[in-house]
Amino acid sequence: MTTNTRPVAQRIRVRPRNKANLIIQATLIGLLLLTLYHLATFDSRGISPIEGIAKTLESFRTLFFEPRLKNVSLGEMLYALSITVAMGLLTTIFGAVIAFFLALGAARNLAPRWLNNLITGGTAFIRAVPTVLWVLFFAVAAGLGSVAAVVGMTFHSVGYLIKAYAESFEELDAGVLEALRASGASWWQTIFQAVVPTSASALLSWTFVRFEINFSTAIAMGAVAGAGGIGFDMFMASTFYLDLRELGAFTYAVLIFAIALEWFATRLKGGLGARV
Amino acid sequence: MQYDVFRQRRNQRLIFFGVLIALTYGSMVLTAFDPVAGLAAIPRAFIWGASNFIPDESAMRRLPRILERLQETVLVSISSATVASALGLVVAVLGANTTRPHPWFSIPTRAIASIFRNVDVSVWALVLLFSFGQSGYTGFFALFFVTFGFIVRVMIETIDEVGTEPVEALRASGASYMATISQSVIPACLPQLISWVLYMIETNIRSATLIGILTGTGIGFAFDLYFKSFNYGAAGLVVFVIVITVLLIEALSNTIRRSIL
Amino acid sequence: MALLEVESLVKRYGTETLALDQVSFTMEAGEFAAIIGRSGAGKSTLLRCINRLIDISSGELRFDGVSVPGLRGTALRRHRTQIGMIFQHYNLVNRLSVIENVLHGRLGYKGLVQGVLGIYSEEEKREAVRIIESLGLGEQIYKRCDQLSGGQKQRVGIARALIQQPKLLLCDEPIASLDPNAAKIIMDTLREINREMGITVLVNLHQVDVALRYAERIIGVKGGTIVYDGAPDRLSSEQIHQIYGSEAGDLILDLSEQQYAV
Repeated sequence: MTTNTRPVAQRIRVRPRNKANLIIQATLIGLLLLTLYHLATFDSRGISPIEGIAKTLESFRTLFFEPRLKNVSLGEMLYALSITVAMGLLTTIFGAVIAFFLALGAARNLAPRWLNNLITGGTAFIRAVPTVLWVLFFAVAAGLGSVAAVVGMTFHSVGYLIKAYAESFEELDAGVLEALRASGASWWQTIFQAVVPTSASALLSWTFVRFEINFSTAIAMGAVAGAGGIGFDMFMASTFYLDLRELGAFTYAVLIFAIALEWFATRLKGGLGARV
Repeated sequence: MQYDVFRQRRNQRLIFFGVLIALTYGSMVLTAFDPVAGLAAIPRAFIWGASNFIPDESAMRRLPRILERLQETVLVSISSATVASALGLVVAVLGANTTRPHPWFSIPTRAIASIFRNVDVSVWALVLLFSFGQSGYTGFFALFFVTFGFIVRVMIETIDEVGTEPVEALRASGASYMATISQSVIPACLPQLISWVLYMIETNIRSATLIGILTGTGIGFAFDLYFKSFNYGAAGLVVFVIVITVLLIEALSNTIRRSIL
Repeated sequence: MALLEVESLVKRYGTETLALDQVSFTMEAGEFAAIIGRSGAGKSTLLRCINRLIDISSGELRFDGVSVPGLRGTALRRHRTQIGMIFQHYNLVNRLSVIENVLHGRLGYKGLVQGVLGIYSEEEKREAVRIIESLGLGEQIYKRCDQLSGGQKQRVGIARALIQQPKLLLCDEPIASLDPNAAKIIMDTLREINREMGITVLVNLHQVDVALRYAERIIGVKGGTIVYDGAPDRLSSEQIHQIYGSEAGDLILDLSEQQYAV
């Protein structure tokens, strides 16, 4: 282990005291202290954690082993699920199209520095605001519902995808760009002949990752921001009908879809890895 | 021949964009999304926001209360990520091909992790409301579950990537299983682990805001409260402190990452 | 008594693949032997059976008078501490310093708590420093291993094996990832360890010319069986052909045209 003090001259230090090791130690200690402080000052509102955990396990048993539908039919559930999927899809497509053009301006090898800074600064702000706040913000103008949800989720997707796309563009070999420019190709020709074909699979992969995120977010927006879909049904099952068993059926529906998406995303990335 | 290749490629492109447009249209119909209303909402929201979301005198007086709420959210994000990562690391060691004690461990650990990370954090919160009600525990455990599932997955990958060779060497030298894990696997994976913990803290702060609206805790609750009582100045201040906090934490994480990876 | 006795050793993967088939040989203490053969011939499997990184399907393997196939738990760990191993890809923890990696070689001698916490005595640390310096890495003691060259990494691997105070050193393709100069330094180091310290060395090599130059004894492996076992000067071109099959053309060329780089 670390030899922090060297009282005897012959003592040999094993772990070098370099910057990386110090920062790792400081980070770990910091996280540990903050965690202990939080757990010690936890606002439990009179609920015993042990009892709660026991109840949670009981909930899990009901949720996963006794699922059934009651207030909605199977067809209605699938319809609600399809609305949620559609919302994830729509916001991803809108986000991808807008982000593609803005990312061209955010990539350092494609656009002037002032434009890079402007766009990256703006996207950092957009990403820092949680999606739910964007949705509620737009709800003031459009009312709670799918319009506010789609616009709000698209906003956050744009922020996320600009960063991801721009980084993919920046990985492009500088020599290729130079060669095309030297041959007299226009800026847009360079983009569509070199940049897009080279980074297409990376863009696709990031877009799919965002679709996974947006599917989850669409559930959450249904639950807290009136966006409808299966999230709203889950919210009703939990807080209005207090029906864990129906919530279990919904949970299975979203779980199966999410696992299928993840499986597909992993395959997409695997194909990417093999190609590069 | 070449003509065919180009035509084929053009056809593929046409099909791709055709499907995309069909999907977009279908999704708009399903979600009842009105693009005109959507486009109109953006300038209207910003014009409205510019005049109403600016924190005023009375909003600033609520700042101490808001910061207290913010601290609650930041702390729950950190503690849930830290505890879940510690536990996730242990489970990842049990599940990784390189370090699992027995091949049987592999599938159950991966399956459990998959369930925990693929059920959205808001759904976990809805489930936990049954056992913990509107208390801080609901948010803590919801964030804990998702972080745990995520950390198990990425750490299994990391261990199998950087751990396999040193583990073979230490096994060959007669080191015990526990010594091999603590002296080679963990030091080799620690920077990656810290990087992922920081990433999950960033993610958790955004998720915690959302869960707070459901469970009546933290900064999400503060926003919801002011927003629904039309106290938009205070709601704007809440957004402002969230943005500052997320950007600060991101900057700190990036600094730490740069010096340890 | 021989240091290592292998009798009718069989290693089967699953039910189909026969990696080693009835392998028998003995090694006296102090020998320097090279196992040559094509990739996939079973060289690596053979080495890993000796320190039981791989379980033995059938046959007998005795090391220093102890029967190895049935060893378990602490007895197996004790067996492994007596055998050092170095690897083609060095198998170091890249993030850790040279001395930390070298001291890993002592973990086999530690109890649970000391092993988990990585507590080493001052004597062990002094020994580590001595070995590191003797291998010419005195300047790099606190350097991270990912900042070293391939040859330096392999010397760290050797130091980690030496601090075990092994009776036998197993080397699995130690120079396959190295440039000729670094390869020569590593092979010279192994010869020196063998001659000065009397440690028995068994090395897997893909390159026949290197094997012929350094080893006192050549073991040729093909398809999981030993097809040659004897002095290097008795190995004929035909036999090399037999061991290497179609790859032989290139290797023979190496042998005649390019005597191993000095």
